[in-house]
Amino acid sequence: MSDTRNVIIIGSGPAGYTAAVYAARAQLQPLLFEGAVTAGGALMNTTEVENFPGFTEGVMGPVLMENMRAQAERFGTEIITDDIVSVNLAGAIKTVKDGSDRSYSAHSIILAMGSGYRELNLPNEKRLSGHGVSWCATCDGFFFREQDIAVVGGGDSALEEATFLTRFARSVTLIHRREALRGSRIMQERALANEKIKFAWNSEVTDVLGDTKVTGITLRDTVDGSTRDLPVTGLFIAIGHDPRSELVKGQIDLDHEGYVTVQDRSSRTSIPGVFACGDLVDHTYRQAITAAGSGCAASLDAERYLAAHE
Amino acid sequence: MGATKPVTDASFQADVLDSATPVLVDFWAEWCGPCKMIAPVLEEIAAEYAGKITIAKMNVDENPTTPANYGIRSIPTMNVYVGGEIVKSIVGAKPKAALLRDLEPYL
Repeated sequence: MSDTRNVIIIGSGPAGYTAAVYAARAQLQPLLFEGAVTAGGALMNTTEVENFPGFTEGVMGPVLMENMRAQAERFGTEIITDDIVSVNLAGAIKTVKDGSDRSYSAHSIILAMGSGYRELNLPNEKRLSGHGVSWCATCDGFFFREQDIAVVGGGDSALEEATFLTRFARSVTLIHRREALRGSRIMQERALANEKIKFAWNSEVTDVLGDTKVTGITLRDTVDGSTRDLPVTGLFIAIGHDPRSELVKGQIDLDHEGYVTVQDRSSRTSIPGVFACGDLVDHTYRQAITAAGSGCAASLDAERYLAAHE
Repeated sequence: MGATKPVTDASFQADVLDSATPVLVDFWAEWCGPCKMIAPVLEEIAAEYAGKITIAKMNVDENPTTPANYGIRSIPTMNVYVGGEIVKSIVGAKPKAALLRDLEPYL
């Protein structure tokens, strides 16, 4: 008996948990590292998910993730609430090390680390983070009751955050670099129809103002280059995500944006026995349901690989 | 109930500010995903360091005054109070090891 596992899954969220459900039902006894503080993934910071099939009235993001986790456990997935800090993917037996410095090995690995939110990279952004600068409307919106705040971004997450924040705020200014939104039609219509949402088109944030808490932001007009200050007490940043691929950088092929590259429609990476799924590989769709689907594919690919290498 | 201690606006003075031992107050709410992620870690720390530090939890939905007094703008925020004064403010969920490093001077 060796303690080399069939499959180790790194990351939770819809991709990781779905991979675990499939691998566990295939009797592979998967070991899943769900992350020390990121368990459940991006959906943990959402409220109502209205477009996950099968939930006619919608479902809360965190509830959906708790259910997927419980489903994975029900079929025998071993879950460790820790991060993986290093991996060695070369060779037939792959090893990983967790945040407590424990090592584990497996014949195959499924990567499902998802993505992390993008920052504006302004000097005062970090300093005022948690003091008016936020990346989580559902966590922090509550503290901006009857205040004037801003959301930066033009995609679905920005529109969703802006709409959600109108429950609390007196006004929400949506700041977007272009003159048109990028989000889906339904989200755009909701935001445009909302009286509390104002729009700052062709604008980018160049500074966050305030000593100990946010008192305003500086905007630059992307057309004529002029700048102006907008007094707000909160700035919610929703300008997209980057794949969390640092862990495997230098070991497997990534594209120029840092996404793990997979072969054709499969989850196979550049290393045999290593599979990738979810937001980590997906430039395009990035939905809970597509992540879950790709997690399923990764598990089936791993199962096939293990059968062929027995 | 676990090893953490629920505190309220009414009990904050007695349970936190007048406490003889350091108190970490976790400002949280039911609707906050990252608060849920950090909850088990705080339970563990509370159990492992019982007597050295009190880990208290304040629900911001039910207790509007204290969070406003301390300018809480984001949760989870974990403030450490020693002798009635804030000595440390930790904003956002962190892994247990990182949290323990932050708390080391008070353990």
